[in-house]
Amino acid sequence: MHVPDGFIDAPVSAGAGVVAVAGVALALRGARRELDDRTAPLAGLTAAFVFAAQMLNFPVAAGTSGHLLGGTLAAILVGPWTGVLCVSVVLLVQGLLFADGGLTALGVNIVNMAFVTVLVGYGLFRLLLRVLPRTRAAAVGAAFAGAVVSVPAAAVVFTGIYALGGTTDVSIGKVAAAMIGVHVLIGIGEALITALTVSSVLAVRPDLVYGARGLAKPLELRAEPVSV
Amino acid sequence: MKNKRFLVVFLLVSLVLAGIVSHYASSSPDGLEKVAADKGISAKEKDHSLKDAPFADYGVKGVGNGRLSGGLAGIAGVGVVLLVGGGAFWLLRRRAPARDA
Repeated sequence: MHVPDGFIDAPVSAGAGVVAVAGVALALRGARRELDDRTAPLAGLTAAFVFAAQMLNFPVAAGTSGHLLGGTLAAILVGPWTGVLCVSVVLLVQGLLFADGGLTALGVNIVNMAFVTVLVGYGLFRLLLRVLPRTRAAAVGAAFAGAVVSVPAAAVVFTGIYALGGTTDVSIGKVAAAMIGVHVLIGIGEALITALTVSSVLAVRPDLVYGARGLAKPLELRAEPVSV
Repeated sequence: MKNKRFLVVFLLVSLVLAGIVSHYASSSPDGLEKVAADKGISAKEKDHSLKDAPFADYGVKGVGNGRLSGGLAGIAGVGVVLLVGGGAFWLLRRRAPARDA
């Protein structure tokens, strides 16, 4: 969903840039609480994994493809603030090193693909965990649901930004319908990859999954008290 | 699984995805590109200002073999993201003494 240069006019691109800088600054503060000696290396690897997975475009409909955005996945693995930073780093490297995503559109892309996916995907994940049983299967299901919704949500926000500052005169209704339609399909791919990855990490190292830390507690209760 | 082993496996999976599996990715336009082309959004699209950069478009300039070029670009990308992201997260982290609370 990388927006290239020229889709969005200069004022709205600059406005999105300001929002992106402010959001990343907030995330840098918030991430301090999520990162320690154990989780910082995992967070770096999560960003690298999101980059790698974003290279894997999968076919969705006639002649169209999609790829992981990764905000929901990163937030569940390493925390929402750190998740925002993971996707932002990926977008920055893609824009500067691989000419993917316009440089004037970097703010738009960070808003769409980092902020919206984490806010919506991780937000829904946490809401669902409140009502679902505290099991691993429920966490994987909540991850799927959060991820599936996060992608069309990013498409809606792109359409909104396009309505504000699009450089061509086209019907916003038609753009919205087309964007949401194809991104619901891409969202299913996003959800499958997210659920598979979360369940794999939960299977081997449940203690490392930020969004599922509450699930580890019942296991701790069974531990024998250690005599000192 | 021990911490170090887990992290190494996680890194290897990323390297294999970016370096090898990416070759089999769909080259069709993605959702936004397709909608942009269909609906006329892309009429004023501009070329990327770094389109001639050494790694532009997920290839390595001067490497003729497409599979090798894409694979090397993917591995380089994983490395750079790990350095930039990992470096930032390592600097941001809370230091150890929090434990003796």
